[in-house]
Amino acid sequence: MTLVLDRITKRFGSFTAVDHLSIDIPEKEIFGFLGANGAGKTTTFRMILGLLQPTEGVISWNGASPGYDHSHLIGYLPEERGLYPKLTVKDQLIYLGQLRGMKKNEVLNELDMWLERFKIPEYKTKKVEELSKGNQQKIQFITAVIHKPELLILDEPFSGLDPVNVEMLKDAVLEIKEQGTTIVFSSHRMEHVEELCEHLCILHQGKPVVHGALKQIKRDFGKKNVIVHADFDVTYLQEIPGVTRFRKVPEGCELQVESEEISQKIFQEISGKGFVRTFDLEEPSLNDIFIEKVGASYE
Amino acid sequence: MLPMNKFAIILKHTYLSQLKSKSFIIMTVISLLIIVGLTNIQNIVNMFAGEDQVKQIAVIDETNEIVQLLQQNLAHMDEELKIIDYDGTLEEGREQVQSGEYFALLMIRMDEEKLPAATYYALDLSNSQIPNQLEQGLRQIKTGMITEQEGIEQEIISKMFSPVPIEKIALKENAKTEEELNQARGLVYFMIFLIYFAVLIYGNMIANQVAIEKSSRVMEIIVSSVSPITQMFAKIAGIALLGLTQFGLILATGYFSLLANQSEMVGGVFEYFGFSEVPIGTLIYGVVFFILGYLLYAMLAAMLGSLVSRIEDAQQIVTPMVLLVVAAFMIAVFGLNDPDSRLVVATSFIPFFAPIIMFVRVGMLDIPLWEVSLSIGLLVATIFFFAWIGAKVYKGGVLMYGRSTSLKDLKKALQLSKKDA
Repeated sequence: MTLVLDRITKRFGSFTAVDHLSIDIPEKEIFGFLGANGAGKTTTFRMILGLLQPTEGVISWNGASPGYDHSHLIGYLPEERGLYPKLTVKDQLIYLGQLRGMKKNEVLNELDMWLERFKIPEYKTKKVEELSKGNQQKIQFITAVIHKPELLILDEPFSGLDPVNVEMLKDAVLEIKEQGTTIVFSSHRMEHVEELCEHLCILHQGKPVVHGALKQIKRDFGKKNVIVHADFDVTYLQEIPGVTRFRKVPEGCELQVESEEISQKIFQEISGKGFVRTFDLEEPSLNDIFIEKVGASYE
Repeated sequence: MLPMNKFAIILKHTYLSQLKSKSFIIMTVISLLIIVGLTNIQNIVNMFAGEDQVKQIAVIDETNEIVQLLQQNLAHMDEELKIIDYDGTLEEGREQVQSGEYFALLMIRMDEEKLPAATYYALDLSNSQIPNQLEQGLRQIKTGMITEQEGIEQEIISKMFSPVPIEKIALKENAKTEEELNQARGLVYFMIFLIYFAVLIYGNMIANQVAIEKSSRVMEIIVSSVSPITQMFAKIAGIALLGLTQFGLILATGYFSLLANQSEMVGGVFEYFGFSEVPIGTLIYGVVFFILGYLLYAMLAAMLGSLVSRIEDAQQIVTPMVLLVVAAFMIAVFGLNDPDSRLVVATSFIPFFAPIIMFVRVGMLDIPLWEVSLSIGLLVATIFFFAWIGAKVYKGGVLMYGRSTSLKDLKKALQLSKKDA
């Protein structure tokens, strides 16, 4: 019951938007898509939804190609938010819910539950254009999940939300996952992906540059971060071979090292030189990996 | 879920949301008011006419014989005009016109040839109808006097002035008589007007709706739940239903309003438009061409609407389509007077013009069945062609966002819907 993308390529004229992308998206997990603007995330989603046909390759979900036959099992939150501005929240959800195969009563019950949960029950009969952007986004999220889809595609679900609302939506996403929905989502915000996803894929110019389980990706990356806070000048540490990045901070410095062994060398270097407040060895952040993988390819 | 159900959901949504919209309600109410007004035109005219007072014309007649004749002549011409044989002097009469007691003063005398001549005094000369009527009355009297003086018989005079009767007889078999043609013209004119307006109003409505869904980006959600092609046809059907509702309301209101006023309308405007005896063939052709015309232009409108990203651009991109409709209408109006001309015959086979122009021909003339069948056949084939290509363009177009509003985007949209774009 996994979603499989098998050597997917999509070309628009001479432009290749997605280039030989192969991924297995495990069931009942959250899968993260990362990539700069124009990396091919939205095109990939549109192909999964059947809105675009891949030029090459096959997409299969539950062994069949995705199409309108199971659109009631799929939820979609597009990157460009879209609702009927002149319709009330209620009418909007009834229409869109019915198109996803729901009955009117079911829509109304679910809608009340969700509005209550997002603490906006008073907006039920308001027109969408009267709502603030953040609240419109909540409504947009409800349209994507109201029919309890088995596969949920969220294209930048948290962009433009304040931190309180981000937490609210994040909790909702996690809860939907617990209920057994497979979720594919894209984001620019690495910390969201790190927090939510077990597996992920970094797309760069249509090609997957990193793909796999989050832990494995971090392990394979090899490089580690070392944080040194000391009372003496630590600038000379950047001269040590194997230090790939050096950043001075008021308390000391933050270094990126090629491997764990280098951190041992650094530790030896600073011991005895003076008072060391902090010495810490950290896993690389996804942000580090992203910049390295995507930034490096620019060169 | 069956696509048919989704078709029904979209159709219902399109129909109801438009039906409840303010612009639709206002437009319908205004149309209904106009229809009620038109069908009561006789009453309205009478109402205003009734307010007009009887106009009194004072006449000073030096001959002492003309005034009675004038009174008789005008009595059956215009009830609102009353001729008073005035006894006072010219000065007194002029004063009384100025004070408003009389509308005008007419001074009649004999000229050198012993024929009547007159002077007309009124406050101002803005009313030309009354002097004209007076002149007509006087002319009749003058004619009578001349015939008497010269000893010509009254009969000879009436022979001279009677119109020459020309009977027009069509030699072609089954051709319509003059009377029938005049009747048909009214009916056909009325129906091409309906087709013209329906195509313009509902075509624009479709293009606008598609543009609204695209500009609000809700389109992407819709097409992820239902195929764009189902959506397009459901929308076209929904608007068609809306059109039928609106036209049904207008026609029903018109019919009942006419029924209520039948006594006044018989023999009047009503008969002129040929509504008293509607030929059933013309009606059937009218309905057929109405539906086909709507379908063709609705398909075009949906296709064009899917190409723009902003509502403001929708008007611009449907302009070529609107021009086609307007051209068809103009040729048709010309064709009403000359339905056999080459231009009309040729354009009646061009699918974009056929719904209006072929209808003019079948309504006015007896066209061989093969010609009508050919025209309808071409029209239906074009509709299928545009349904096919329109669906493809629509499928790509709804995902396309850009600033351009040119028809070149057609190609781009087609590419987007293909596999190997």
